[in-house]
Amino acid sequence: MTEAQGTPLLEMRGISKTFGPVRALADVSLTVWPGEVHALMGENGAGKSTLMKVLSGAYVADRGGEVRVDGVPVPTGDPKQARARGIAVIYQELSLAPNLSVAENIFLGREPSAGGLVNRARMYDRARPVLRRLGVDFGPETRVAGLSLGERQLVEIARALASDARIIVMDEPTTSLSSRETEKLFEVITALTGQGIAIIYISHRMDEVYRLSDRCSVLRDGSYVGTLDRDELSARKLVAMMVGRDLSSFYKKDHVASEGARNVVLKVEGMSDGRLVKDCSFEVHEGEVLGISGLVGSGRTELARLIYGADPASAGRVWLNGTDVTPRSPRAALDHGIVYLTEDRKSLGLFLDMTIQENISMCVLEKDAGTAGTLNFRAAASRAASAIKNLAIKTPSAKLPVGALSGGNQQKVLLARLLEAKPRVVILDEPTRGVDVGAKSEIYRLIDQLAREGLAVVMISSELPEIVGVADRVLVMREGRIVGEVRAAPGRPVEQEEIMTLSTGAAA
Amino acid sequence: MSDAQEGTGAARSGGTAARMKGAVMAMGMLPVLILLAIGFELMTGKFLSVNNLSIVTQQASINVVLAAGMTFVILTGGIDLSVGAVLAASAMAAVSMSLIPDLGLLGIPAGLAVGLVFGLANGCLIAFLGLPPFIVTLGSLTAVRGVARLMGDDTTVFNADLPFEFIGNGTLFGVPWLAIFALITVVVSWFILRRTVLGTWIYAVGGNPEAARLTGIKVSLVLLFVYAMSGLLSGLGGVMSAARLYAANGLQLGQAYELDAIAAVILGGTSFVGGVGSIWGTLIGALIIAVLSNGLILTGVSDIWQFIIKGLVIIAAVALDRYRLKGGART
Repeated sequence: MTEAQGTPLLEMRGISKTFGPVRALADVSLTVWPGEVHALMGENGAGKSTLMKVLSGAYVADRGGEVRVDGVPVPTGDPKQARARGIAVIYQELSLAPNLSVAENIFLGREPSAGGLVNRARMYDRARPVLRRLGVDFGPETRVAGLSLGERQLVEIARALASDARIIVMDEPTTSLSSRETEKLFEVITALTGQGIAIIYISHRMDEVYRLSDRCSVLRDGSYVGTLDRDELSARKLVAMMVGRDLSSFYKKDHVASEGARNVVLKVEGMSDGRLVKDCSFEVHEGEVLGISGLVGSGRTELARLIYGADPASAGRVWLNGTDVTPRSPRAALDHGIVYLTEDRKSLGLFLDMTIQENISMCVLEKDAGTAGTLNFRAAASRAASAIKNLAIKTPSAKLPVGALSGGNQQKVLLARLLEAKPRVVILDEPTRGVDVGAKSEIYRLIDQLAREGLAVVMISSELPEIVGVADRVLVMREGRIVGEVRAAPGRPVEQEEIMTLSTGAAA
Repeated sequence: MSDAQEGTGAARSGGTAARMKGAVMAMGMLPVLILLAIGFELMTGKFLSVNNLSIVTQQASINVVLAAGMTFVILTGGIDLSVGAVLAASAMAAVSMSLIPDLGLLGIPAGLAVGLVFGLANGCLIAFLGLPPFIVTLGSLTAVRGVARLMGDDTTVFNADLPFEFIGNGTLFGVPWLAIFALITVVVSWFILRRTVLGTWIYAVGGNPEAARLTGIKVSLVLLFVYAMSGLLSGLGGVMSAARLYAANGLQLGQAYELDAIAAVILGGTSFVGGVGSIWGTLIGALIIAVLSNGLILTGVSDIWQFIIKGLVIIAAVALDRYRLKGGART
């Protein structure tokens, strides 16, 4: 597929894009052949999304840039043209109407009709072969509201196919999918490429890129860095290309976890919620990073929320340094020095319309306040300034709305808020989700530093290499229970295979 | 949306855009207000006279007070439909109390207290029972209206000797007391919203209630506060109305005032879903409504057409605003 024969399906040449004084893309080129999966990697802010917006016609490229499909130029900045030439983009935020049927969504805006009346039967008939092509097990009459996120993504793909798309862009498609749905998506991708369709696959997940891509192009700071063929792919090479330097110690672990000699800081006993969490007990020591692994839906997040008092527990106690502190509300947990980083920073964590400074100081406003609860702007500003410096948050000002930042920087703002509360126990739920490589390694460094300062850290993660690289000990959850513990021995790190076996129940 | 924000570059440009958007929103409807004033002056030749402007501010002031309370509520993503009814009940209480010989000034605290109590009742139902604000205040709109009628045995109560009539008709250095009360309300509201911890919490609860809870903010207390505030300010509005009319009528007073208050808040650029908005915008919104009413009367437009024009202008103004903000946000 990589042999440069004939005309490439898609050619983007010399694409630049400036927004006022800011150059988001500088002379980027990309060539895509029919039937290939072309991965596009780069840190958040590298320009991937901007490039794809030029491709889809959402942005006009600066002068001199050219997009060709089958060797024929496509004017940029015209979404209709782009679509007509077979370019389709599937966004992270799915754009389906949940109350309509699958077929209605597939043909939304292009309903087969006569005299303004929708011909429903014909719509279903035309949707069926498309769905068959994807090998899905729901029909065109199914209401989208009843479908899982993974199935909805397939509907999006069906919509692209129904409009004769030949270049499909997928932006982080697996972020919210379960592992089974991810498998299904991969099968579909393989089937589509077999039919000559090209997939441009944007992802932060190395394992997916390895598995799927025929070639992988890397962007950095708006510039094209290079393209690797399948047989040249390696994590080290990719990371080096993305960050522009060699990250020899990507996972940082300088703290020593000799738990025997250390105090138990957090003790959780018999935690249950009567539904998804069943009788979970564990201990975390001073200066220890405890990982919690398990498949999506195994009850990890629910357990963390119970410990933080965010949801009511049906049974169970939380002990902090030997005192029963079982929190009934997040406020109570915070007052005891337990903080929780949510897995969903946008809908459960940040106040996107508020400034970085307000977001960072939100937990400690009361503590800093003057008489009669007046805001202490000076304290808030100095907290924000030092957090921006310590956590290397990339922003020109603390007064910007946090929604204007990239994912990694948003995550750092949220972490900064937790740390302002001077916690003793830090529970991190997917701390690096949707975060670029550079910010990831900085977050790992921060976790390591917290452990060295003697905090008890609990880290929930779906990424096995991450949890193995960062945690001293890993608990594995399955169906609401803690089913095992994997620990590092001297000279032997925590084993990924062992975790996988426990979480899938393969050994049981 | 998420990773579409590309890096510091875009963060910077997004920041400028956001700042510009902020400035545009703070300015908001001010140009519309000015254009309306100039237009009415050109049409009538007497709109901008000192005398008429004084009338306009008086007409605006009660709505400013109600809309200030409404701003608190809408910033949390809620709504208070009961303000007009609460205003009527408070006015009834104020006038009735003012009839007590020598202790007539008690009418003021009585009016405020009645407003506060109804506000607290709304707040408790919404904050602690988790009932939807629209339903709760729709219910209290009806129920409190009934209470207001009950308070005067369904008649109008008069007091020609109202001890606090200066609030409604007096001036201080030529400025009507009504306008002074309205301005004080706006300044106090601004202070609470922008200079206190509570104010930040109000924006936080409106912007993302679940995140607010997880951040340790006592969401229910914040909600209780905003409805209590709205009730208290409705009470103040009741006292002001009573002082102006020397009378109160449980059936007629404050009818549909909630709609003018909501219109002022929305005209002022406060987001209906909460978390975004300012009290200055509300002030301008209330002034626009007052200018429209007054100007249309001056131009001699019939009562029926006043309604139609007022409604259309409100819709057009908000549409213009949305359109402009969209254009401004595009880089």
